[in-house]
This record gives sequence, C-alpha cells and structure tokens, in this order.
Amino acid sequence: MEERIGMESSIAIAEVVGRCDVDVVAAYPITPQTHIVEHLSEMVANGELKAAFVPVESEHSAMSVCCGTAAVGARTYTATSSQGLALMHEILFIASSLRLPIVMAVANRSLSGPISIWNDHSDVMSDRDVGWVQIFAENGQEAVDLTIWAFRLAEDRRVSLPVMVHFDGFIVSHMIEPILMPDHETVRGYLPPFEPLLRLDVDRPVSIGPVGIPDIYTESKFLQHKLVVDAYQPIVETLEGFGKYFGRHYHPVETYRAEDAEVLLCTMGSLSETAMTVVDRRREKGHKVGLMRIRLWRPFPFEDIYRAVGAVQTIGVIDRAVSFGGPPGPVASELKAAFYRKPQQPRLVEFIAGLGGRDVALADFERMFDVLLSTRKTGQVPPPAFVGLRE
Amino acid sequence: MTRQQTAKPRWSELAVGCAVTEAGSARYNRTGDWRSSRPVWEHAHCVRCGVCQMFCPEGCIQFEPPKDFPAADLEYCKGCGICVHECPTACIRMVAEEE
Ligand code: SF4
Ligand code: SF4
Repeated sequence: MEERIGMESSIAIAEVVGRCDVDVVAAYPITPQTHIVEHLSEMVANGELKAAFVPVESEHSAMSVCCGTAAVGARTYTATSSQGLALMHEILFIASSLRLPIVMAVANRSLSGPISIWNDHSDVMSDRDVGWVQIFAENGQEAVDLTIWAFRLAEDRRVSLPVMVHFDGFIVSHMIEPILMPDHETVRGYLPPFEPLLRLDVDRPVSIGPVGIPDIYTESKFLQHKLVVDAYQPIVETLEGFGKYFGRHYHPVETYRAEDAEVLLCTMGSLSETAMTVVDRRREKGHKVGLMRIRLWRPFPFEDIYRAVGAVQTIGVIDRAVSFGGPPGPVASELKAAFYRKPQQPRLVEFIAGLGGRDVALADFERMFDVLLSTRKTGQVPPPAFVGLRE
Repeated sequence: MTRQQTAKPRWSELAVGCAVTEAGSARYNRTGDWRSSRPVWEHAHCVRCGVCQMFCPEGCIQFEPPKDFPAADLEYCKGCGICVHECPTACIRMVAEEE
C-alpha cells in the first residue's frame, strides 16, 4: 500500500529508511543533510524504529562505525554532505574494498572555500573514485524510491558494495513535495533480510581488512574494478524489479524528447526538471532539442550513453563542479572518454553551471540551447563556459 | 607448524574484501625470518616471573619442561629484544645471528 502525502523530502527519506528495517544509523549532522538524521534519531528515541542510532563525533567516525556494523551483518545507513563527505573520504575506500553494503544519502553541496552551504556537485566529484555505486535522484520521490532500492542493490550478493544516493541539497532535501510513501509491509515485501557474504562472528573468526602485500594488491584492485563494472547488470535488473513492484521506473540514463533530437543537453540531478521545461518550450518552436539525464554515475553507463546519444552530433554537458586546472568539467571529461572509444565523436559543448547554489534559470537554459543550436550550424565548438559569470 | 606453501592467488581466488578466513593463520607468518639477533637466557638468574613471556609481542616464549625455564621459539622470535629490556633480573641477552 502506498499513500500520497505532502512531506519534506528529508523527512520522507528518513521515514522510508525506517521502513527498510535498518539496524544501525551512525551519522553526524551537516547542512543540508541534517533533517534526515535528526528525524531518524527522533524515530529511534521515540521507540518507533528499533535500531541503534550512533551519534558520532565526526563523519570520519560515522563511516568507521558504519564499516564495523555492516561487517557484523547489520543493515547500516548514514547520510552526509559536502565537507562531511570529504571528511569520510579515506573510510569510503575501506567500505567499498571490504564490500560492505552501506547505504548513504548525500545531499549534494559545494565544498569550501569560500564557505558555502549551497548546492552543487563538488562533493560528489571529489569522491568519484571511491569504489561505491553512485546514483542520482532528481526529486523527493526518486530519493525515497532509490533509497529503498539502494539497500536491495547493495545487499545483492553479486554486488555487495556500498551505495551513495545523491540528491541536490536544499533543492531536493528541503522541498515539501507530494510523495507516494509505501507502508512498512510493502517495503518489507520488496526488501529481503540482509544476508552478508562474510560477517564478523566470534564463532567463525575472520580478519577483515588485513594488509595486502604487493603480491596481491594488483589482483585486489582488478577485482574491485570488475565488481563495480559488473554491478551494472544487477543494477539494471533490480531497477526493473523495483519498477515492476512499485510501478515507478528508473534507468541508468534517461532521456526526454530525445528521439529525433538534433542537439542534446546532458544533465545530472535536479537541474533536469528545469531543463525539461525549456525543452518543451523549444519543441513548441520546432527546435529539435532533447535532454539526456545521467542517473547512474558509478558504474558509468557507457552503453546507455551511446544509445541515448545515437546519431546526435552536438551535445551540451552541464557540470556542477570544477576540476581545477583540468578539462574542467568532470561529467564532460567522462563523456569525452566514453566517445574516444568510438570511431566518431559528437561535438561536446561544456557548461559549468549552478555552482555553490547559483540558480540556473529558464533563461540560462535558453542561452545554452542557443549555443548548442549555433554550434550545430557552424560546427565551431566554443570553449568551456561558466554560465552566468559576471565578466 | 610449518609454513604453508601456496601459489600466489589469482584475482578470482581472493576472499571477500581480501579477508583472512582461516583462524590462527598468522602462524604461517614465520616472523623468525626477520631476526638479526636472538635472545639467550642465563637460567641461573631467572626467577621464572613470566615477564618476558608477557611482553613478547610474538607470544613465542614458552616455559619448557623439564626445568620450566623460558625459551623462545626461533621460528617466530623476531629478535626485537623486548624480553631483554623487560626482564627484571637481566638474565637475557641478545646475541647476533651469524650467517
Ligand atoms: S623475565 Fe627474566 S626472570 Fe622473568 S621469567 Fe623471563 S627470563 Fe626469567
Ligand atoms: S626477542 Fe622479541 S620476539 Fe624474540 S623472544 Fe624476545 S620479545 Fe619475543
């Protein structure tokens, strides 16, 4: 059974985490993730959720606790953002290399400095290579759904990897939305009990996290890479299973009015929703523009990208983070790398937009589509641009 | 307790998260290989207090019959000299290992 309710996304996420029968929540509050863990701690304190809430002294400790509890076979959840994710950094590798199926919400926020509590993807991009499965939700409903799904995928014995569910800080986390909330029994019907591949158990002693000498390190990294790559198939299957069960369908890459598009704009996260409005406007004017939304960030969905792009020759990519001194957009470099494997590469126009909470308005999207259409006409690819920069 | 001789594992043979799944497998690590000097006991001054045994980081000191004096298992004694440092009667000394 599902009930349509008006609720702040963060509260809805916390509620659904409870319905996933989580055993342990270890978290440190940080804006804009705070409401999630605050609400979870309330649920535990009120006796509504039979779980241990571990109020740690830092995110580094939060992720360390999560590693320990997941290792004994407890279903483990945490949430963070920005500097908090950065502070977890070294432990994120431990969680993935030990194959601990922790689920973590990341309310995406910029990194300091200057100090900024507002939304962009600099936290995500700094932790791109930590070996976690990473997926993006564009709104509260998706964040709720993908949280339930994340436990299912993480605990899938073919995968057994930690999963980050990303959504934009404030824009999604603090939005009050109509959300279809599945009840406890419905979630239970979807999510089988957690059966870990390996657990710390006094009766069957094992050492988890020992040293890896040069003789095995290469093999262990090859295996880790392979596991993340091979998680793709279970991801597709479990998303399909989610769609069958809940009736809401998610895919590694999703498109909007892209079928006969001549130019595509690529987005990740909540910007997609504004972009769709502008695509509709342009379509009314007869402009063949479409949208490609990357939902799955790791493993990177190469084949879905090729399929979505098809024969389109001009693509714009919005990056919400900067690789300083680099390409400079992390998503754009990923796409370039993907197409470098192909005999022909589309023209790629790079936009850096929405940094540190800067609004990306309809007019900004209009200008980006103008650039894409003129690039298509002239064949001249402009240099990467910071959208809305005052010069 | 001999060293387990196994081929280097392929990637497909690694345990989940490279865990060590056999209890007590540390005994295959013969830390005695590292030793450059070894402890030698002068039993005349030994009061059998067990301090050396307690402090030995390898846990390789046993009290051996028939006289129940401490002795190091040289398969595992890594020659750190902690026993020498801790012995209250100074009855242990380190002797260099010869080639
Ligand atoms: S510490 Fe010294 S005196 Fe005590 S048992 Fe060991 S060797 Fe003997
Ligand atoms: S030298 Fe070190 S390892 Fe050897 S017996 Fe003494 S304390 Fe133990």
